[in-house]
Amino acid sequence: MSLLDRMLAVDRRWIFLLVAAAVTVPLFLELEQKIEVTQESRGVADALRALPAGSRVIMACDYDPGTAAEVQPMAITFLKYCLSHQLRVIIMGLWPQGPMQADLALRDALRDPAVAALNPQYGVDYVNLGFQSGNEVVIQRMGSDIPAVFPRDSRGRPIGEFPIMENVRNFGAVAYVFNISAGYPGTVEWIQFAGDRFHAPVGSGTTAVSAPLYYTYFPRQVTGVLGGMKGAAEFEALTGFPGKGSRFMLSQSFAHVVVILFIVLGNIAFFLSRRRKRRAEGAA
Amino acid sequence: MSVNLGVWVGALLTLGILSFLYRDNPVYKVCEAIFIGVSAGYWFVSLFWQNIQPKLYLNLRGAVETLASGGGIDSRWLYLIAGVLGVMMLMRLLPKAGWIARWPLAFIVGTTAGLYLITYLQSNAINQIHDTLVPLVGRGEGRFLFIALPFHVDWAALLVFIGTVSGLVYFFFSVEHTRLAGKTARLGIFFLMITFGASFGYTVMSRMSLLIGRMDFLVGDWLGLVH
Amino acid sequence: MVPLFLTAFVGTIFVIQFFVPHRPFSSMQGLLTDWVQIIVAFAIWLGALNLMRVSAESVSKREKGWPYAVIIIASFLLMAVIGFFFSGGTRFQDPGTPFDWMYQNVYNPLSATMFAMLAFYVASASYRAFRARNREATLLLLAGFLVMLGRVPVGDQITAFLPDGYRLSNLADLIMNIPNKAGQRAIMIGIALGIVSTSLRLILGIERSHLGGEA
Repeated sequence: MSLLDRMLAVDRRWIFLLVAAAVTVPLFLELEQKIEVTQESRGVADALRALPAGSRVIMACDYDPGTAAEVQPMAITFLKYCLSHQLRVIIMGLWPQGPMQADLALRDALRDPAVAALNPQYGVDYVNLGFQSGNEVVIQRMGSDIPAVFPRDSRGRPIGEFPIMENVRNFGAVAYVFNISAGYPGTVEWIQFAGDRFHAPVGSGTTAVSAPLYYTYFPRQVTGVLGGMKGAAEFEALTGFPGKGSRFMLSQSFAHVVVILFIVLGNIAFFLSRRRKRRAEGAA
Repeated sequence: MSVNLGVWVGALLTLGILSFLYRDNPVYKVCEAIFIGVSAGYWFVSLFWQNIQPKLYLNLRGAVETLASGGGIDSRWLYLIAGVLGVMMLMRLLPKAGWIARWPLAFIVGTTAGLYLITYLQSNAINQIHDTLVPLVGRGEGRFLFIALPFHVDWAALLVFIGTVSGLVYFFFSVEHTRLAGKTARLGIFFLMITFGASFGYTVMSRMSLLIGRMDFLVGDWLGLVH
Repeated sequence: MVPLFLTAFVGTIFVIQFFVPHRPFSSMQGLLTDWVQIIVAFAIWLGALNLMRVSAESVSKREKGWPYAVIIIASFLLMAVIGFFFSGGTRFQDPGTPFDWMYQNVYNPLSATMFAMLAFYVASASYRAFRARNREATLLLLAGFLVMLGRVPVGDQITAFLPDGYRLSNLADLIMNIPNKAGQRAIMIGIALGIVSTSLRLILGIERSHLGGEA
């Protein structure tokens, strides 16, 4: 078998092994990577910086563990920034796993020294309202009556008990909505209902798969878009809270280079094989 | 290496799923079955405690208590209709009574249709057309090569405008793609190919990020080789 | 007839409420929203229960792979029992509950790994199937390359010799903000118009496929 034939017939398990190595080996290297920040990510950071202390922000967690590797760093950084700058966070979700993922992010965020110094309290500085089924219908209803949609928090306690929810009737009481999204329902629905219908400023942290679509909404319908793990790394760089997003950029770089090499090699093998076939047909 | 039972369970389940990469095997199938069952159970429990219990049960209980205490019939009794519609939805499980699920389904479809009719028109059509056209030209002075213009032209916005229109022409199949329409559609294809290429790039980024997360869990949280 | 009427009535209320956000439409919309939330919850319950029904059938008929159906049912029941009876009721998500433990150590790793597997298949498919057969495919590939390299730090490291503003990350930005935006917008507008027309057809009763073709 010639080298060309072997290249075309390679067992895909060798490809899997190379991908695993490309992704894992950089985790052991401590090479700092310079993160170039895009205007879309800057949009989210700038919107948050413009909020006065004490403002309420909604953190809508619409993702699950399957996509957490990409967007969980954004959630952690967002919470660290808000809680260290006295922005009060109302967590909720249109996916049942979202608020639970937010709880995990909170545990991380509360350990940060800048956050711990302010000693944020549940019900005063942040609250988790949990999940509600109904997708965009929930957002629509929040536009007129948030307490009717979320009469209790994720632990079943009436929201009237919490100072953070005092006088919160609708989106008018909220300064910013940050949606962390992995699909439907997600950023599109928040833009359509909270943003365009009820004029709440909306920012998006999303998986990289969806990010190209959200460029069409930027900057008028969405203040900023954090796309994938790179977006998380940019957000960490902008807010000064380094985390997993930045740490994994080296692995991300290696992985992309490996995929590009695979495509190039595959095409070289394909074109050489095609030329060989044509020559053989010509000779025949 | 971690001594936490939960981390070990997570690591073994992760390796079980990854074993499929070598070949399909019973370990993978067991892990997949556990995932399916636990997923369904998770949703089942979450929906009960966060939706059905507070919105249906507590409202109806309140209505019954009010009636029992002589307070009369209050508006919370209307939730009984939602409960009945919900149970009708479950009738889909019974082959002979499955047709009754069309009523609650019609309810959901009507809601979605009513909402989408306005919001998609507003957000995804009109606002997008606005954002394509409005940035094209602005007040102030502009320039095209060496020619001064009495207005400012955003050349990037112009390219977006051309790309959007040509892309729309490509998708407009009521007109034959010949002559001007054909050339415009051809230009649209080029814009769309770049769009799909960008989407492909971002998709690769997304999938690799998920793998990085898993590998970090295995070598970091489980084996403790990375901190 | 009743489902058709329900679709038309509910759809119309939601359309009118958009323009007339006052009583009685606001209160009707509020009530209908709560009802929809409850019905959607039951719809998802239907999915879970149907899975159990199909798995139980597979076990009773001893179909191929029936032991795995037993595992599906057992896992479901374990999660349900833990969530309903052993995790503090409405506080089932609190840190430290058995439900939370199952979520973090069973559901979380399984879900994450299932999706992580896609990375391997994307790489394998890229090697075996992604061919620059014609101009369009080549353009797609090039755009993909530039975005993939431009969105990671290595892209700027490769083009560090170029002045600021002319590196791969800047090129990737240009691609995302001009041709990508244009193409996505064209697709988005087309889909939006399709959705609007389908929604209108549903409300007017012209489209009946959601009812199985019968009223």
